[in-house]
Amino acid sequence: MDSILEMRGITKTFPGVKALDNVNLSVREGEIHALIGENGAGKSTLMKVLSGVYPHGTYEGEIRFRGQPCAFRGIADSEKLGIIIIHQELALVPLLSITENLFLGNEQAKRGRIDWVAATARARELLRMVGLTDSPETLITDIGVGKQQLVEIAKALSKQVKLLILDEPTASLNESDSDALLELLLRFKEQGISSILISHKLNEIAKVADRVTILRDGTTVETLDCHDAPISQDRIIKGMVGRDLADRYPRRTSNPGGILFEVKDWSADHPIHAGRRVVKDIDLHVRRGEVVGIAGLMGAGRTEFAMSLFGRSYGRNIRGQAFLDGREIDVSTISKAMGNGLAYATEDRKHYGLVLDNDIRHNVTLANLDGVAKRGVIHHEREIEVANDFRRRLRIRCADVFQQTVNLSGGNQQKVVLSKWLFADPKVLILDEPTRGIDVGAKYEIYTIVNQLVAEGRGVILISSELPELLGVADRIYVMNEGALVAEMPAAEASQEKIMHAIMSSASKATAARAAVAAAARESLQ
Amino acid sequence: MSAELNLPAAPPRQASMAKFLKSHMRDYGMLISLLAIVAFFQYMTNGTLLQPLNLTNLVLQNSYIVIMALGMLLVIVAGHIDLSVGSIVGFIGALAAILMVQFHWHFVPTAIVSLLAGAAIGAAQGYWVAYFRIPSFIVTLAGMLVFRGLSLALLAGQSVGPFPVEFQRLSSGFIPDIFGTEGFHTTTMVLCLATPAILIAFSVAARLRRHRFAIEQEPLVLFLLKSAGLFAVVAYVGWLLSTYKGLPNVLIIMALLIGIYAFVTRDTTIGRRIYALGGNEKAAKLSGIDTRRLSFYTFVNMGVLAALAGLIFAARLNTATPKAGVSFELDVIAACFIGGASASGGVGRVTGAVIGAFIMGVMNNGMSIVGIGIDWQQVIKGLVLLAAVCFDVYNKGKA
Ligand SMILES: Nc1ncnc2c1ncn2[C@@H]1O[C@H](COP(=O)(O)OP(=O)(O)OP(=O)(O)O)[C@@H](O)[C@H]1O
Ligand SMILES: [Mg+2]
Repeated sequence: MDSILEMRGITKTFPGVKALDNVNLSVREGEIHALIGENGAGKSTLMKVLSGVYPHGTYEGEIRFRGQPCAFRGIADSEKLGIIIIHQELALVPLLSITENLFLGNEQAKRGRIDWVAATARARELLRMVGLTDSPETLITDIGVGKQQLVEIAKALSKQVKLLILDEPTASLNESDSDALLELLLRFKEQGISSILISHKLNEIAKVADRVTILRDGTTVETLDCHDAPISQDRIIKGMVGRDLADRYPRRTSNPGGILFEVKDWSADHPIHAGRRVVKDIDLHVRRGEVVGIAGLMGAGRTEFAMSLFGRSYGRNIRGQAFLDGREIDVSTISKAMGNGLAYATEDRKHYGLVLDNDIRHNVTLANLDGVAKRGVIHHEREIEVANDFRRRLRIRCADVFQQTVNLSGGNQQKVVLSKWLFADPKVLILDEPTRGIDVGAKYEIYTIVNQLVAEGRGVILISSELPELLGVADRIYVMNEGALVAEMPAAEASQEKIMHAIMSSASKATAARAAVAAAARESLQ
Repeated sequence: MSAELNLPAAPPRQASMAKFLKSHMRDYGMLISLLAIVAFFQYMTNGTLLQPLNLTNLVLQNSYIVIMALGMLLVIVAGHIDLSVGSIVGFIGALAAILMVQFHWHFVPTAIVSLLAGAAIGAAQGYWVAYFRIPSFIVTLAGMLVFRGLSLALLAGQSVGPFPVEFQRLSSGFIPDIFGTEGFHTTTMVLCLATPAILIAFSVAARLRRHRFAIEQEPLVLFLLKSAGLFAVVAYVGWLLSTYKGLPNVLIIMALLIGIYAFVTRDTTIGRRIYALGGNEKAAKLSGIDTRRLSFYTFVNMGVLAALAGLIFAARLNTATPKAGVSFELDVIAACFIGGASASGGVGRVTGAVIGAFIMGVMNNGMSIVGIGIDWQQVIKGLVLLAAVCFDVYNKGKA
């Protein structure tokens, strides 16, 4: 077996953190190599070293690509050899078309003049290769994240890719989109393109990976070969966290009390397309000490509902009533909603969750500054204590709480967002995809915290696209589709099939088709 | 999961000197640059720069820039810009002149009306920026033209003055000496010894508190050096001023404002919210911060400070001219950026802006004494601004 890539003894330090410590990685010609590890284990950093984002000289160790030693000074150097990275955060220009994005920096030009005909033709061909049927003229903003991900891959193809690196490509994709993407990787494999796949979704890895390398705390733990013997998810988890994890979901005796929070006839329109209803007559309630899940496909309107409820931060022409303890409450602005005990932890941490330039400490206290201040004057020491407390409780991996959040790994950023809302001390907490991009161990921590919250008599609304998570954590599940609630069931009686069935039978044709694909995808994964 | 991976048993109490210096390079770098520039011109002007008379002038010439830089810093941190402040200086000067000279108002109601007018102007501009989301660059560019035009109209193209003596004292007055010593302003000296002493006492208290909470802080050696330096500089300046006419009134106003704004930005919830707003408006909003109202008030605040600067400037010239305040906005904005504020918002410090303003001021003053023409002065100032910001960007890239 020839190896296409050898990384040996890679060490990379940032001020105060040793992100990688003597890491080895070897990828064979034409394999899909999975790279996994807890949040902050150093996966993204290792790939940035490989692709030249961190240039030669800023790290120690040796990189050999197809036998040749490499000293990349920047991404351009690694791309020349066919090493293409698709980052955790997509790097497309939203207001440019697909074609323009595909050839950004690599324009189809003759003597500086872009040949649009050739570009469009080539774009169409690339799109076909990744299975996209949209017109190349479409703007990036007008297509969903799943398709954007495919455009990124098409872009990689346009550069004669030999080794494709995907950093958590499926984190924000629904199941059918994820599945399409994995299929694509398998097809590439047949064409001899090797890939490195970073993911926290272990079932995906089990499905496509040839070998798995596990990182822990910036060191290589082991490399497992999936062909020797099929490896179980438990085996991988053990490698990642260093011990057995008996349960994926912490046990809790659920004991819901009276109705704590209730929403009646809640509707909202699209903010730009006037008159298009995005949230339709939602009736929902949460009992004291209850975790209520909202299931649905991407685009079902769950985030839109939650945000319109939380101080009208989404949509317009919002109608409906909200009640806390049977009393109608005013949620028309965010500060009123918060004052009435509501909190909403966003799914989009970079844009809506964090002030990236600020440190962990300032982000944690932002939603409840009065909690660390007296008459408007901040008590700095108390603030630091609070931040350190959350750092310990959620195991946020960082040098210290004065580290800028922009330098945290994706999963640890998510934990900072959660800390912020936990510190705000809400009565009803809406969590929107709280475990996206989070490793198994940290997920467990977050579920434990959810359990603590409800044990204190609070209510939690959990929006999640991962059905097993909903089934494992929620007491009761609402199913949402096309902006409306279409079913409600106790978690004990729910199953993935039942939920998908509820979506399909309620849906218009288009959604039904999507749901069918998703259902089929799940079966093939199991 | 009980294991606490990667967590040190207790946070380190004191950063190592090198690491601390590296992460605070910018702060110390600015102070050192200012001192270096002062030393340079002190040498080039054969000691004229720090003569009591010139030092007093330097403070008077710079006061209005420093005062506006305080407001501009908040505006820039909030993610906006205000190009209209120079025109507001001119307009408020004209307004005050008309009220005092043509309508014979007393200077107290005149000052109150002027400051309120400044607030109203700030509110008018802030309203469009905050509630209609019109870019501040455009709104205040419009304001710049409008208020320049209005001051021309108010003054009918003429200069209006002189002002009552009490009003002139705002700029040219000095604090009274309660000790009444001949030839030496004892009150000034006492104030200039007491103020740094009190400040140092406060920071010692803060240090002890941080120590009790086991929070990493500035290495002791640096702290001692800095405190000694602060004390020495203030005492020296105090001594120089005492041998002349003492502390100018403006300096007292300026020092108080600097203290208040430093406190507000660092230690209050409002300050913290402004930084969050500039850093990520959407996240700030979803955290329950009324971002629109906050933006609005940073402009109101800017308007008031610009009005105050307008009064001080008019009092200093003892006449209101249609050209008063032309291109002040550039000096003010430059002071903030030299002081480390980020053009994209969310970053910047009051102390930085003040030092930035003084770097500009000392250069203006020093170059004039040396006899460098206004043409080359501009070139040099432009290059210094560029160099300071390049240093910032370079530093950020390295970290
Ligand atoms: N620019 C930086 N400055 C300081 N520390 C950094 C920087 N970039 C990364 N780190 C630190 O390096 C460590 C590894 O981060 P990395 O992003 O590689 O983790 P990851 O394995 O990709 O995690 P995740 O699954 O959460 O994405 C983290 O502790 C992170 O805080
Ligand atoms: Mg990562």
